[in-house]
Amino acid sequence: MAEVAVKAVDLVKWFGAEEVRTYAVREVSFEANFGEMLYITGPSGSGKTTLLSVISGILRPNAGTVVVEDKEIWRLTPNELADFRLHTIGFVFQDFHLFPKLTTVENVALPLILKKQDWDESLRLARKFLEVVGLEDRGDLPPNKLSGGEQQRVALARAIVSSPDILIFDEPTASLDGATGRKIIGFIKENLLNEHRCILIVSHDARIFEFADRNLKMEDGRIVEIVSGGISEK
Amino acid sequence: MRGILRIALKLLVNDRGKFTALIVGITFAVFLMVQLTSVFSGILKKASATIINIGASVWVMDPAVNNPLNSIQLPDYILDSVRSINGVKYAVPLYAGVALVKLHDGFYQPATVLGLDDASLVGRPQLIAGKIEDIFADNGFIVVKDEEFPKLGNPELGSTFEINDHRAVVVGIARVSSSTLFGMPTLYTTFRRAIQYIPSPRFTMAYILVEPKSSQDIPHIKAQVAQAGYIARTNSEFQQMVADYYKYQTGIGTNILIMTLISFLVGLSVCGQTFYTFVLENLDKFGALKAIGAKGYELVFMILFQTLFTGFCGYGLGVGLSSLLIAIAKKKVPNYAADITYFNLGLAFVMVLIISGVSSFIAVRKVIKVEPFDIFRG
Repeated sequence: MAEVAVKAVDLVKWFGAEEVRTYAVREVSFEANFGEMLYITGPSGSGKTTLLSVISGILRPNAGTVVVEDKEIWRLTPNELADFRLHTIGFVFQDFHLFPKLTTVENVALPLILKKQDWDESLRLARKFLEVVGLEDRGDLPPNKLSGGEQQRVALARAIVSSPDILIFDEPTASLDGATGRKIIGFIKENLLNEHRCILIVSHDARIFEFADRNLKMEDGRIVEIVSGGISEK
Repeated sequence: MRGILRIALKLLVNDRGKFTALIVGITFAVFLMVQLTSVFSGILKKASATIINIGASVWVMDPAVNNPLNSIQLPDYILDSVRSINGVKYAVPLYAGVALVKLHDGFYQPATVLGLDDASLVGRPQLIAGKIEDIFADNGFIVVKDEEFPKLGNPELGSTFEINDHRAVVVGIARVSSSTLFGMPTLYTTFRRAIQYIPSPRFTMAYILVEPKSSQDIPHIKAQVAQAGYIARTNSEFQQMVADYYKYQTGIGTNILIMTLISFLVGLSVCGQTFYTFVLENLDKFGALKAIGAKGYELVFMILFQTLFTGFCGYGLGVGLSSLLIAIAKKKVPNYAADITYFNLGLAFVMVLIISGVSSFIAVRKVIKVEPFDIFRG
């Protein structure tokens, strides 16, 4: 049996005061394993991004626990939580959030610099990861000179440069055409997924669902179905 | 931390438009602050020129004196009285007055005349031409070569002019550390000749210059002079009194202060607003950094570093620009009164720190509040 990377138990998250309270996540429990590419899908407003934020240590839940690599993350102090995110999780945001005033290679090196690694060494490693995503000749350009697909790959290189155990993608194909989206996700599965890494992807792009090992379908803050290898478990 | 600060620096300087606006804002504010306070310092220094140039340790004067050139003559017996005080090494009279000098071309030029004690010449200036003993020669006057010197027609040794129908001969050319405030050339002569050449009231001594035996004797000398109904001030007290007079009783100090504050506010508003816009534009990036794992204090350091870096660059440029302009102005405008002091530089530096601090505070509040979750939500 595969080792559990992320374990969420009875997660609840709401927004707003009592009288106007909106539940984004309702009693959600699931496990994600190392070596697994897990999708969280569902219509807009179903709570998938909120769930992703809660399990990645960004948004504190109102109830429930999140255990990542045997560590109950919401018991950590804010600084410990920041360290946890820096060392354990790699993020690829929907809008990439690359710094236009830094070069591409400096953008990729950011997590290493935050880890207080030597500047030149960080850039050297970042260039290596730009090579991995096929952008070795784009390192010295600012990100806004790159195409959407290239920016996506820069964000990907930034997410993996510090070799995190868990990779989190928020709508990774939202701003890409179908072919590029499939190419990127195929690349991720082929090159980045291994037995020591778990990949969580939030998406409502049905064109890339085929790459998922499991797909958690959400509606109204609840997991309504888990699809594994084309077979529904719930 | 060095890597993060390097990132902060790159984010700042690579945003050329905003960085230029920030630098220009602070440079302009520092330039104005240094310029204004230097002009004020220059005015104060020139106002105390006679005190600085004569350099006596203790000055005895009428209590109503508030300016070295508006002296009130002292009766002669006060000199004897001061000389008899225990702790006085010596005490000599000083004449200070204004005379109209008639030049060769027929023009009249007002000049400050200082009459030094005939026996000791206490307070004499440093000569750059001529011999000091020639001051005792017939009609001998020493001319100070300062910014006002050309107003006497650039006289040389042996040049002559008239003072109240008396012939005056230039027997020496001197230099002093400060020229006077009101744009008048300065002439030195003996006390006796000064009162002979210039119409004087009943009493002739403007000040009594006192040298105490030791600095411990000064309080006693002051007390004894006060008993006689006069006042004894040390050199620095006299200068401070003149400075206070110009600061608080002429309106010059208040006006300079208001203009300095306006410069500060201009700098503060330009920098505060530009930096706030800079942070607002990068807010999502700061949120992304937080999500990736940057700690709150690291982002605060980044912003502090950015504002301080901008502040220091603007400070250096502002001080440099101000110094350059003052140096050029002093060469071109003889009466230009500006004197950059460590106090002025320190004041401008403190104001730059406040501008940087306030700009940081506004920006830090925004960055601290940004939630990484907002980045996810887009």
